Amino acid sequence: MRRFSWFNATSLTFGFAFLYLPMLILIIYSFNESRLVTVWAGFSTKWYGELFQNEQFLDAAWVTLKVAFWSSTVATVLGTLAAYIMVRAGRFRGRGLFSGMIYAPLVMPEVITGLSLLLFFIAIGLDRGVLTIVLAHTTFSMCYVSVVVTSRLVSFDRSLEEAALDLGCTPFDAFRSVTLPIIMPAVISGWLLAFTLSLDDLVIASFTSGPSSTTLPIKIFSAVRLGVTPEINALSTIMIGLVTLGVISASLVSRATAKKERA
Amino acid sequence: MAQPKPNAIFAPWHDPAEKPLIQFKNVTKRFGDFTAIDDLTLDIYAKEFFALLGPSGCGKTTLMRMLGGFETPTEGTILLDGVDIGPVPPNERPVNMMFQSYALFPHLTVWDNIAFGLKRSDMPKDQIGDRVERMLKLTQLGKFAKRKPHQISGGQRQRVALARSLAKAPKLLLLDEPLGALDKKLRHETQFELMDIQETTGTTFVIVTHDQEEAMTVASRVAVMTEGKLAQVATPDQIYEAPNSAYVADFIGDVNLIEGTVEAKAPDARATDVAIKWSATEPAIMASAEIRPPAASSVTFAIRPEKVTITAQKPEAANVMEGKILDIAYLGNLSTYHVEVAPGVIIKAQATNSRRISRRNLTWEDHVYLSWTDTAGVVLTA
Repeated sequence: MRRFSWFNATSLTFGFAFLYLPMLILIIYSFNESRLVTVWAGFSTKWYGELFQNEQFLDAAWVTLKVAFWSSTVATVLGTLAAYIMVRAGRFRGRGLFSGMIYAPLVMPEVITGLSLLLFFIAIGLDRGVLTIVLAHTTFSMCYVSVVVTSRLVSFDRSLEEAALDLGCTPFDAFRSVTLPIIMPAVISGWLLAFTLSLDDLVIASFTSGPSSTTLPIKIFSAVRLGVTPEINALSTIMIGLVTLGVISASLVSRATAKKERA
Repeated sequence: MAQPKPNAIFAPWHDPAEKPLIQFKNVTKRFGDFTAIDDLTLDIYAKEFFALLGPSGCGKTTLMRMLGGFETPTEGTILLDGVDIGPVPPNERPVNMMFQSYALFPHLTVWDNIAFGLKRSDMPKDQIGDRVERMLKLTQLGKFAKRKPHQISGGQRQRVALARSLAKAPKLLLLDEPLGALDKKLRHETQFELMDIQETTGTTFVIVTHDQEEAMTVASRVAVMTEGKLAQVATPDQIYEAPNSAYVADFIGDVNLIEGTVEAKAPDARATDVAIKWSATEPAIMASAEIRPPAASSVTFAIRPEKVTITAQKPEAANVMEGKILDIAYLGNLSTYHVEVAPGVIIKAQATNSRRISRRNLTWEDHVYLSWTDTAGVVLTA
């Protein structure tokens, strides 16, 4: 047993307070009766009701969900393939460069990624809209999926695939019926990660969105410039809930798999 | 230790009319600069239980993986039933493999693991169930059909792997260190099960192992490998009793190796008699060899410890040496005595402990005699 220590308890409290107090305040004020954000006037859920009347916000939410779904799905397919090839291809010339290029978007400043994508879309004459945001989100979330899937594939017993081939599978059949089901939890948590990343992206989305395709983060950001309303608080609370749900389910999926493998 | 055969002795390798199932013809396999298999030629016959034995890195696993189709020879050809299988991918070979890690599919039940290969064969759907049930019965896994691999024991997993690789009734079954993960007692039981299953199904088995006792127990023939080459291919008793080189003699079991030179043939000696001078002062070792090595050539005399008799009184025998007990290794049923017969020359002698230890009459520092007949050992020129 570790002994209780005042120092540890204090630093833990302050650390968590620093991280989560602002969000807590936001959540509390989303249930505020008053229109004035900073004055507490009693508990109410009326702003949630009003939020669901607001066409603009609902449209933006729908665009966001569409973008998140399609970009995370495409990113999962591409990221899984990239991970599979990088793990399976063994050593070849330029391997380091290739894997570096897959992971580079992880550390690339979002402004740079957004700007370069904007220039690219203008250059090829693609009108900005839902499609361009999906493409942009796919590019940066693909590398997250690839990281998650790679870590699973590295510990994957290669002889399972050989056994599948030995028992009459074609290489594709072996991937589909043996490799994919076994790495599926990693693929799913990659998808959830990509989904949440897309959900809360502001910078890249604002570079690549068009007039008809405003996502929620953009909507919130522009609305806040005209003043914070309790509606925004309610909306943000819902988003916090969604992202938390995504992250928790991703970690639950991977934990359940780890448990199964230990057994 | 060779397996008992009910009828005539099974020895297709002596029958020139018999066609081998597998033929390696001058096969070489290189990985970059490293030569794993070096110009190897080998025939394996149908219904054999053939063991590839050698230390790790000797190329035995590479040889097996070439049969499975996971490696292709750099040079030479491998024929299966007279057909070159070099370009045939693993999924189209009538060969199945049991992997060292078992490679059971963790997301499928025992039943589905066994059915996996059948579902991908041209077997009609309604017969798959029967075949799986037969395999479950053969390997006594009936109770575990619905379990997942992580819900059964190591020994049961090993049997699932065996059932899965046998389900498609392959012409050839490859076993890569199949019993390596089992504890010693279970390993012994499973060895006999494997032999039973091999005889029931009539499948040709090729087993890779580094455990010489396992190879001796199960195999009809053993190939001892070293550095990508075959050192000797023979039945277990031949490998043990008539090794063709000091390497094989030393690799299989315990052995005394004495280096010496062949003395000129005495006028009254038989054609097979060989006298080996091994020490300046001691009398020569009397041995026999079918092909007498030329006089003055250097040879190694190999004799197994259990063929050396240890006594307190001087016996009458072709070879008698005097010495002092340095060490006794007590193994329960046996004791191995380390006897110094000349300065720095130690010969091991093994005796069955047919009496209780308290009644044993030999002990450390005792002056003893070692003796053996002229046919007990082997004269090795390599």
